[in-house]
Amino acid sequence: MFSNFDFNVIIRALPYLFYEGMSFTILLTALSALGGLVFGTALALMRLSGYKILGRIAGLYVDFMRSLPLVLVIFWFYFLVPYIGQWLTGASRPISVGAFASSLVTFIMFEAAYFSEIMRAGIQSISRGQPAAASALGLTYAQTMRYVVLPQAFRNMLPVLITQTIVLFQDTSLVYVLSITDFLGAASKVAQRDGRLVEMYLFAAVVYFTISCIASYGVRRLQSRIAILR
Amino acid sequence: MIEISHVDKWYSPTFQVLTDCTTSVAKGEVVVVCGPSGSGKSTLIKCVNALEPFQKGDISIDGIKVNDPKTDLPKLRSRVGMVFQHFELFPHLKIIDNLCLAQEKVLGRAHDKAMTKGMALLDRVGLKEHAKKFPAQLSGGQQQRVAIARALAMDPIAMLFDEPTSALDPEMISEVLDVMVDLAREGMTMMVVTHEMGFARKVANRVIFMDRGEIVEDALKDDFFGKPRSDRAQKFLSKILSH
Repeated sequence: MFSNFDFNVIIRALPYLFYEGMSFTILLTALSALGGLVFGTALALMRLSGYKILGRIAGLYVDFMRSLPLVLVIFWFYFLVPYIGQWLTGASRPISVGAFASSLVTFIMFEAAYFSEIMRAGIQSISRGQPAAASALGLTYAQTMRYVVLPQAFRNMLPVLITQTIVLFQDTSLVYVLSITDFLGAASKVAQRDGRLVEMYLFAAVVYFTISCIASYGVRRLQSRIAILR
Repeated sequence: MIEISHVDKWYSPTFQVLTDCTTSVAKGEVVVVCGPSGSGKSTLIKCVNALEPFQKGDISIDGIKVNDPKTDLPKLRSRVGMVFQHFELFPHLKIIDNLCLAQEKVLGRAHDKAMTKGMALLDRVGLKEHAKKFPAQLSGGQQQRVAIARALAMDPIAMLFDEPTSALDPEMISEVLDVMVDLAREGMTMMVVTHEMGFARKVANRVIFMDRGEIVEDALKDDFFGKPRSDRAQKFLSKILSH
């Protein structure tokens, strides 16, 4: 199997793998994490708002998303969003949104469910005296959240949020099912074209492993630094 | 200034924490609220700026009803300073930013004006050189003085203190009480929940004694320390003053 392992195949494919593939993977990861965090925080605030209906809606959404396999949601969105677009705009044909937009929306919606649970735990970790002190100073509910509660919750939860983002980074490889050229998609294409499956899939694994490992190490460093600051 | 009339509060239908509480704090008056733990004194003071809801009765501050749904509560609270047992400084903000936040976001003061005001108040409580530190770097007594300065930065018309020295090590209590005594002597309207009877003797106009959710005694300071009318207040006093 390894007797004719060809490093040159990998080296020749490097520009394509990284410029096309990895840059897409990182862009998708970053945008999804950002969007998921914003939307997830909104869901967490809904669940903690004290309005029963809002809480129920957010709770159902989170449970729903967490009960579905990610690949299914990716497919589902890819085929459904054009029809929803058609229905909303009243166009005569399904509106093509493109694989990137579709996968981005999918990941934001899906990750929001996970980020919302993290942010909920973060908000609940703040002692009740903090919002009380903020209210006593005259801050409104929104200001209390924005300036006092959320910054602390975010800081407390930063290691967990980054860990979830590392998982997201790996999960973005599932856009492969939409034949998008992310890092794994690019590796796969080269593998098929050159008939070098072993080299390309091994290399892809090494790259995912290395990046995730370094990021995890960074999280541990960060955790110990935050622990000192408190 | 603060009018509390016939306030009842239940935590659950069977558990009443406040029963028919009626009292008032006049402008410039210092009223100390004391009583055994669980007597409802902290709950009562939190009802004053509506941090705790209550089911019956009325509380008004400067003529504005706090239990009226139409009242702009954030605005009303911004005019009443509050100091908590556990300080509740914002740990993610520097000391000076703790003082500036509400000045800027609630009162709409410009940043440099808020800074000037904040630094002046830190100077007043003797902590000017700590402005750039974070709360966790300060001792409990220092944090509580910052909390008082933070409340004063809003130019409050009255101050509420909820057991301001109960969470402090004994050697830090006096530095906080000194600030409070100064404040009282300057004529600040104050309602203070505390066990510090020395503070009450020094600056209080009136002392309220609570037990089991009721105001048992509401007397002028000298009457209270001279000869409390109720047995319960006498017992309480003999217990905390005998050491």
